[in-house]
Amino acid sequence: MFHDLFSSKSKAKVVKPTPIALSTRVRLARNLSEYPFPGRAKSAQKKKVLSMCIDALTGVDEMKNGTVVEVDDLSELDRQILVEKHLISPELSQAEESSGLFLSNDRSCSVMVNEEDHLRIQVLGNGLDFSSVWNVADCLDSHIESKLNYAFDSKLGFLTACPTNLGTGLRASVMMHLPGLVMSKNMDKVINAVNLLGIAVRGLFGEGSDASGSIFQISNQQTLGESESAIIERLKATLDNIVEQESMAREKLMEDDGMRLVDKISRSLGALKCCYMIQSAEAMDHLSLVRLAADFGIIPERFRGLADRLFIEIQPGHVQLSAGQAIEPGQRDHLRAEFIRKEFSRLPQLNLDAIS
Amino acid sequence: MKCHHCESQATVHLTQIINGQMHKMDLCESCAQEKGVTNPENLSIGNLLDHSVIEAEKSVQGMVCESCGTSHQDFKKGGRLGCQACYHVFRPVLEPLLDGMHAGIEHLGKVPNRVEVEPAKVEEGPSIEEQCKQIKEELHLAVEAENYEKAAELRDLLKKLEAESASLT
Repeated sequence: MFHDLFSSKSKAKVVKPTPIALSTRVRLARNLSEYPFPGRAKSAQKKKVLSMCIDALTGVDEMKNGTVVEVDDLSELDRQILVEKHLISPELSQAEESSGLFLSNDRSCSVMVNEEDHLRIQVLGNGLDFSSVWNVADCLDSHIESKLNYAFDSKLGFLTACPTNLGTGLRASVMMHLPGLVMSKNMDKVINAVNLLGIAVRGLFGEGSDASGSIFQISNQQTLGESESAIIERLKATLDNIVEQESMAREKLMEDDGMRLVDKISRSLGALKCCYMIQSAEAMDHLSLVRLAADFGIIPERFRGLADRLFIEIQPGHVQLSAGQAIEPGQRDHLRAEFIRKEFSRLPQLNLDAIS
Repeated sequence: MKCHHCESQATVHLTQIINGQMHKMDLCESCAQEKGVTNPENLSIGNLLDHSVIEAEKSVQGMVCESCGTSHQDFKKGGRLGCQACYHVFRPVLEPLLDGMHAGIEHLGKVPNRVEVEPAKVEEGPSIEEQCKQIKEELHLAVEAENYEKAAELRDLLKKLEAESASLT
């Protein structure tokens, strides 16, 4: 019942998680010049675009031995799991016909076909790392461009369905874990300040999602009037600043009331170790404190990686994937708790020397 | 500098921060009067910009992209364009929109390999003869105004240019 795509976990690259910045993503929006954008295209045109794009991608080096999925062939639950893995957008998961996903063998590159634009090229990397992620995306884009005719205007750049993506079509974003700024109630200030710089802050699952787990997706809003490197430079400068603010907020929390913070962390570990039913939002908040504890050195570093993995695996779609079938929310909360308890069954003593 | 609304010389220069973005507008005397830029207290460039947006909207009202069938109304409602040609059809309304939305209105990023890049025009400056002629005029004026310091500078420059011209021929 689940797509084969989910049976081959081992293909994904093994990464070493870093504090504060979880992952870096670059997305390029592109369209074919001869066809209307997906929102206006007729059924036959979309079909043609899908087959042209898949043909083109099949011959591209970065996508060698990759997987092609047509969204039509996926169940509701399969689509939900792909959204939770950040491999497709919520918009593509609702697509009715002739939409597809081309995924590279190591899962770091994905191309969505017939989403809002004909092509959404996406490259994912570990931690805060724009240089290599951008280079891969740039090469992948050039390779695709050598096979397809992009809609391009010398004055306006790459033409996109929505003018907010016009020009470079570039959305660069970093997933950041900012519990210090959230707990010290400074996050709103940060959001307002970066908004003024043309930088957007969203929740873990993008547009409209909440900030459970203190995880935020921070990205450029403007795509025209600056080169790709200037956009990335500017975003990077802001992110470096946020990393500094977050580190300072954490230090201050520990200095001002370290006992309360350690108590909070301990209670979260307790809840994860002993819960019997738990909803994903609550679990996310506890996992956020686990990640923070690992950053402080109170618990071993491997728990940072565990928290990152569980942020995804405790989502409703993934819980049902592990159950092997679609199940009701109540049952899900029970199964989620069982799954989390197992992961946290062997928890070492807290190393409080790390913070003294 | 030309007026934002007509071709006349702009004499009124306005700068205002709206939503954290700096907007500048230059107007000539008569347009400034017409737009009511007489009372700085109640002045808002936002209103003036809106006016230009309204004008632009009027020009595309009822227009439909022949290539994909997207109407101006569709674009206004959904915020999305239908195809490459739409960018040409709705350009008058798009330009003011893009100005507020992005860091600039011209693409400065990657260019696909297949697009032939137009060779940049080499701006040819005035020839040496033209420069000499202009300096001679300035020199004449400087002497008349008894500005001998400037006249000396100009004389040296003239000598240098004449020597350069001689070496070229």
